[in-house]
Amino acid sequence: MKNSSRRGFMGMAFGAVAGVGAVASLYAMKRSWDPLPSVKAAGFTTLDMSAYKENELVTEKWRGKPIFVLKQSKEMLEKAKKNPKDLERLIKIGDDHFMVAVGLCTHLGCIPGYNPDEESFLCACHGGMYDSTALVTKAPPPRGLDIPPFKIDGNKLVLGEAGPEYKKMLETGVTLKV
Amino acid sequence: MKELFILGVVTTFTLITYYLVEPFAHHQMHKHVESEGFAYKDLPALTKKGDATRGKDLVMGAGACTGCHAIKAAGIEPSMDPATAAASYGVNPPDLSNAGAVYSPKFLNDLIKNPAHALMVEHKFDPAKGKMHPMAQFYGAGGDMDQEVADMIAYLQSIAPKAEELTPKMAFETACGRCHAVHYENWTQIGEKPKFKKKQDELAFEINLANYQDSLKAYMGKLPPDLSMYIRSRGEHYISTFVENPQNYLKGTAMPRVGVTAESAEKVIEYLEDAGDAKRHERAEVGMNVMIYMIFFIIAAVLWKKEVWRDLH
Amino acid sequence: MAHFEKATSVHDWLNQRLAIDTVRRVMATEYWIPKNINFLWAMGMVLAVTFGLLLVSGIFLLMYYQPNVATAFDSVNYTIMREVEFGWLWRHVHGVAASVVFLIIYIHMFTGIYYGSYKKGREMIWISGMLLFVAFSAEAFSGYMLPWGQMSYWAGMVITNLFAGGSLHADGLVEWIRGDYVPAQAFLTRFFMLHVLLIPLAILGLIGLHFAALRIPHVNNQDGEEIDFDAEAKKYLAGDKAGSKVIRFANDFMAKDMMVVAFYLFFFFYLVFFHYDFAMDPVNFDPADGLKTPAHIYPEWYFLWSYEILRPFPTDPGLIAFAFAQVIFFLLPFLDRSPNAVPANRRGLFKIWFWVMLVDMIVLTAMGKLPPEGIFSTIGLYAAITFIALWVVLPFITKLERKL
Repeated sequence: MKNSSRRGFMGMAFGAVAGVGAVASLYAMKRSWDPLPSVKAAGFTTLDMSAYKENELVTEKWRGKPIFVLKQSKEMLEKAKKNPKDLERLIKIGDDHFMVAVGLCTHLGCIPGYNPDEESFLCACHGGMYDSTALVTKAPPPRGLDIPPFKIDGNKLVLGEAGPEYKKMLETGVTLKV
Repeated sequence: MKELFILGVVTTFTLITYYLVEPFAHHQMHKHVESEGFAYKDLPALTKKGDATRGKDLVMGAGACTGCHAIKAAGIEPSMDPATAAASYGVNPPDLSNAGAVYSPKFLNDLIKNPAHALMVEHKFDPAKGKMHPMAQFYGAGGDMDQEVADMIAYLQSIAPKAEELTPKMAFETACGRCHAVHYENWTQIGEKPKFKKKQDELAFEINLANYQDSLKAYMGKLPPDLSMYIRSRGEHYISTFVENPQNYLKGTAMPRVGVTAESAEKVIEYLEDAGDAKRHERAEVGMNVMIYMIFFIIAAVLWKKEVWRDLH
Repeated sequence: MAHFEKATSVHDWLNQRLAIDTVRRVMATEYWIPKNINFLWAMGMVLAVTFGLLLVSGIFLLMYYQPNVATAFDSVNYTIMREVEFGWLWRHVHGVAASVVFLIIYIHMFTGIYYGSYKKGREMIWISGMLLFVAFSAEAFSGYMLPWGQMSYWAGMVITNLFAGGSLHADGLVEWIRGDYVPAQAFLTRFFMLHVLLIPLAILGLIGLHFAALRIPHVNNQDGEEIDFDAEAKKYLAGDKAGSKVIRFANDFMAKDMMVVAFYLFFFFYLVFFHYDFAMDPVNFDPADGLKTPAHIYPEWYFLWSYEILRPFPTDPGLIAFAFAQVIFFLLPFLDRSPNAVPANRRGLFKIWFWVMLVDMIVLTAMGKLPPEGIFSTIGLYAAITFIALWVVLPFITKLERKL
């Protein structure tokens, strides 16, 4: 009787020890699936903001994602000023205003196309639309295009680093963390 | 009988599903364009009969074609290499040796008189805005302009290979190959990529190609796509109706109307089939043999089943 | 140690060591199948044959395929399609079989639903079958990534984005699955591993489970009749083959199976050689380009019905509806409260439920491919709501059923 209960206990103890080993190896497996350090490190892009032209969409690349840069024309800025939600999305560098956003639809990640005549974006996948500050104007996208972490450095914009302007956008909910 | 009824039900639902997700959905998603048989109905017909000898003088002389175009068939070598030419004109001006065979005479007639119109790129090249097409318009050499153009076309036709001599490769290179690469056929925009013995030569070729592609990118808005797999990704019908009139599908596209004849279009398609669907003949042949074999397979299987089930009924 | 005698033949030698006579008897000659069945009962064998075709063709593709973002597309479309002798054949067989296998799976599933073959002791057959469906779906999806064409890339992008869980915004999870911020090298290589090793292993194991689950409850029959297999087997072995309600698995059942397989293969090879476009989407013959979305992104046809359940709703409810659609079929044996395990045509309201479900899933499939605009969007929404409603009413209408 004593013997058999001891066997039962030792059996459970063995099971527990084996279980710890199994869980520990699961941790190693999980970590092996993580993005590599080199992938993570390739995360900074510097843009020279003096090179852009008004109402001409330029697609840059950051962490393999397309980044839309759209310098706002006077009329676009006037229009944006009427809607505070539009204005707070713009990044001011010197006297110029820029829309800088990840060019992936917030619905399911397609790349919206820009129509300079209508000054709006249309996502061909599921019909979502955005205005010239990349604020959503037609569902299904739940929100405007996400703004990548940025830091203003004189005439340059560093993507991947979070400056005070970006942190403020995060706090006020203008954009979600990318 | 009951089994046949069940088979009928299963088949019906399968075919309905197939119809809805394939032919019906494609019909809804893709615009259907009918071919006009490369007749170029919007262009005026040739009214004059050309004379090749007079045409030769015009092409070499007053027409000033050879200022930019090479005609290797007539011994005229290009004045610049492709990359330099593209840097000046945006794209390398074509060698005219095969032009008379590849392009429709109707198209050539309009092209010589008004390139942007024939190429359907007037939205890109508007003289009023100071944007001129790189190919200069021919304003006549002093005589009857229609006659002069007809003469030049007659000359180009006289030096061009005959229809049966024109290979798919020649048709493709003349009509498409200066903008589109086909790397499955080892074709680049500046010609076939040779085998290099020295790394330096290969790199020099690559740099040359990259420079050419940069000029082309600036000229066309983006680098025209590699066409290696277009026969599978677009299909024959799309390609031939697109080539006939690119504006059909993509309003405002920078791709010009190329103006090939119906026969040359078939040659181009054949070239693309060789690139992207090289084993199509083998597939059809093996397919027929397998289908015939399957008939014997079915007969054998049915007979075996009958034998086994004789006692079971 | 067991006692071995000098063998009298190769057969005897093997029999002493592997008991092959016993194995043959248990697995084949005295594995009893009801006689009252139709060709739909051969779908299991058809699936096994199709899986075999996928395995063999896959082995040959694996010898030349290169799981590298720079070379994957060309290794398939140039090396395999142009250079390797009969490489085009393996690829077409693999691509067409991957599509057709789902057609047969759906026929197999709806056969099970129609004849009530998931009830009364056959629940594990149904559940293991559903696990196979999930494993095949994962296998199909991971395989679809490998040619690294535009549809591979963008389907990979859209489907992995689903794991962000809408408002949960679990981007870390998405990046963990991809091994990068976007589908790239790490993504391709890990889906390659899943496609050629981990998921096929799981499928082989699940096929074993599926067969094992059949053994005790036995195969169902066309009329849902309860058969005394021992008594009927005795009758068969006594010589009354015509009077017995059962037949041997081999060769009786096999002979009929192979006849159905023969007709199926005729249809299959016709598709392989002459009508393959439905299974090999033209868009995927454009190389992957992360900066250019195709005009229309849709999954392969067999995923369209669940895609359409996701699509017409706003993001969060859409994901919940999608998750519902993925798991609900597992619960069929428990949501069906009826005491009857008979064909649907004898089950009153369930008969209507069956045909409405079938038509609704076809409607969802059709709408899932079309662009979500105008009338198609509305039809899709109602079809998705109908799908959910059908499952909600199932326990009630089956509870009402009278015992036959």
